[in-house]
Amino acid sequence: MKNLIVIGAGPAGMSAAATAARGGAKVLLLDEQPHPGGQIFRNITRNRNTLPHLGPDYAKGLEQAEALQHPNLTCRFGSTVWRIDDGRAKDGPRVAYSQNGKSQSVAARHVLIATGAQERPTPFPGWTLPGVMPAGAAQILMKSSDLIPREAILAGTGPLLYLIAAQMIDAGTPPLALVETQTSSMMARALSKMPRAMIDRQQVFKGLSLLRKIQKAGVRRYTAAQEFRARPQGDGLTFTFTSKGKEHVLHCALLLCHQGIVPSTNLTRSAGIPHQWNVTQLCWQPTHDDDGRTDRPGLWVAGDGAGIFGADAACAQGVITANAILCALDDLSPDIARHINAHALNRRFRADALRPFLDAAYAPAPEFLSPVDETILCRCEEITAGQVRVAASNGAEGPRQMKTATRAGMGPCQGRMCDLSVTTTLAAHSGRHPTDLGPHRARSPCKPVTLGELSRLDLGD
Amino acid sequence: MTVSRFTRRNEAIQDIISFSLDGQPASACAGDTVAAALLAHDSAAFRHTGIHSSPRTPFCMMGICFDCLVTIDGVQNQQACMITVTVGMDIRRQAGFRKLEGRS
Ligand code: FES
Repeated sequence: MKNLIVIGAGPAGMSAAATAARGGAKVLLLDEQPHPGGQIFRNITRNRNTLPHLGPDYAKGLEQAEALQHPNLTCRFGSTVWRIDDGRAKDGPRVAYSQNGKSQSVAARHVLIATGAQERPTPFPGWTLPGVMPAGAAQILMKSSDLIPREAILAGTGPLLYLIAAQMIDAGTPPLALVETQTSSMMARALSKMPRAMIDRQQVFKGLSLLRKIQKAGVRRYTAAQEFRARPQGDGLTFTFTSKGKEHVLHCALLLCHQGIVPSTNLTRSAGIPHQWNVTQLCWQPTHDDDGRTDRPGLWVAGDGAGIFGADAACAQGVITANAILCALDDLSPDIARHINAHALNRRFRADALRPFLDAAYAPAPEFLSPVDETILCRCEEITAGQVRVAASNGAEGPRQMKTATRAGMGPCQGRMCDLSVTTTLAAHSGRHPTDLGPHRARSPCKPVTLGELSRLDLGD
Repeated sequence: MTVSRFTRRNEAIQDIISFSLDGQPASACAGDTVAAALLAHDSAAFRHTGIHSSPRTPFCMMGICFDCLVTIDGVQNQQACMITVTVGMDIRRQAGFRKLEGRS
C-alpha cells in the first residue's frame, strides 16, 4: 500500500510529492493533465525555455517538475479523481480515479488534496457568448499551444490581468484595452496594507514593472468599470461598460474576463471535509490547521485549493504538509521537521504578507456577485439570476432547495461554474450570510464516469 | 470560413498533424488539445446547448465548465479541452443534447 496519494501536480502537489518521496514515503501522484505543472506551470516540461514572453516566473516551474524524478514517486498523469473516502472507510483512505477509460480505487495511509484554484465565475449579460473566456483560460492556450489571443480585451480585476497583458505585449500582440473594475477608493483602502506587503517587495516591484510595460506599450486603460455587457457582432463581440460615469463601446474578437481566483472545492466538499466562508476573499475553503490537516482522518489539503495565497506560498505549504505527513508516518520526528521547515515557513510568511493588499485592491466587483436579473448564472442549465431570485422569494432558501426549484448547479459541471454566484446572489437577495446558507453539497462521482467503467472498477490493493 | 480568435506564433508551427472536422480535412500542431486545435482553426461555436440552442466555445480550458463538449470518433460529449488531438481523429461539433445510442 502507498503511504501517500497526492492529488494535483501543481506547485503544492509537486513540492509535497517530491518532499515526501525524498523523506522515504511511497508516493502516488495523480493529475488530470498529461504533464506536471498545474495551471500556473502548465506544459512547462514540454516548453522548457522556448517561450520567453511568458516570463521568468513561469520558467521556475521546471525545477519543481524535474524534482518529481524519484524512485519512491509514481506519477500517473491523465488521471481524473472522482471519489475520495477518508480513513473511517474500510481500509481507507481510498481514492478512485479514471485513466484511459479505466477506473481504479487505491488505498493509502494518507491523501493530500492539492487541486488548486479556478477563476471566480464572472457572470454578466453575454458572458456565455463565443469569444468570452476567463483570462486565465486564454493564458492556458498560450502555455499549452503557443496560441496568442488576437484583438482581445482584458476585463476585470487582479494582478493576473497585468501579467497576461505583459505576456501578450512581449509576444508581439498587445491587448486592445485593459478594462479594470477596481476603483480609486479601493486602491486607497488597500494602501494601508502596503507596508506589510513590502515584506514581499520582489512581488510588489514585479507588479509595478508589469504596469510600466503596459503603459509603455500604449494599451488603453479604463478603471472603475461597471455594467459589463457583451453582444455578438459578426464573428466578434461588442463590449459595453461604463467607466467613471461615461459609457464606452469597444469591439473585439475575444473578451478575456477575470475577477481573481477561488479554491476548487469540489473534491474537498465531496470528501466531507468541513468548509468555511472566507469573508475577505468571498469564497469557500476547506477548514484545516497550519500543517494542512483536516478533521477527516487521513485527509490533508495544501496550496490554493486550501485557501488562496498564490503559487509561492503553495510550493512552501507543500513542503510543510509533506513533512507533517512524514511525521504522522513516523518517518520524521517533529523536532527535525520544525528545523527543516524553516525555509518554507519563511517563504510562506512572505507570500502571506502580500495577500491582504491584493485582496483589498482587487476585490471582486459587486455586479458579478449579484448580477442583474437577465444574467445567466448556471451556464449548463441556462438559469438566470432573475430565476434564482424568484425561486428564493418562493421559498427556495438554500442551495439545495435552489437545485430542486431551478436545476441551477445540476448540469455536467456539477455547479463548478455557478455555485459561488448562486450563493452570493442568494445572500444579497435574502440578506443572509453565506455561512447560514452553507456550501453546496458535492457528491461522487465528481467527474462523469460511464456506467460501464463503474461496473469494471478495479478495487486493486 | 471564420478567422480564428488566436494567432499561432510562427516558431510554434511544427509537427503538423491532420484530423477531420465535421468530415472536412483540418490540421493542428502535435500536442494540441482538441479545443486548442479547433480554436486555432476558426471562430465557430463548438456546440449549441440543449436548452436554448445557444452557441458556445470553450470557456475554462481546464476541464471544469463542460462548455467544450464535442463528438470524438463517434463518442458524444467529450471534453475537447482535456483530450489531445491525434492523427486522423474524427471530431464533430454538437447540436443540442446528446442522443441515446441507436436513436435520433
Ligand atoms: S473548456 Fe471548460 S471543460 Fe473544456
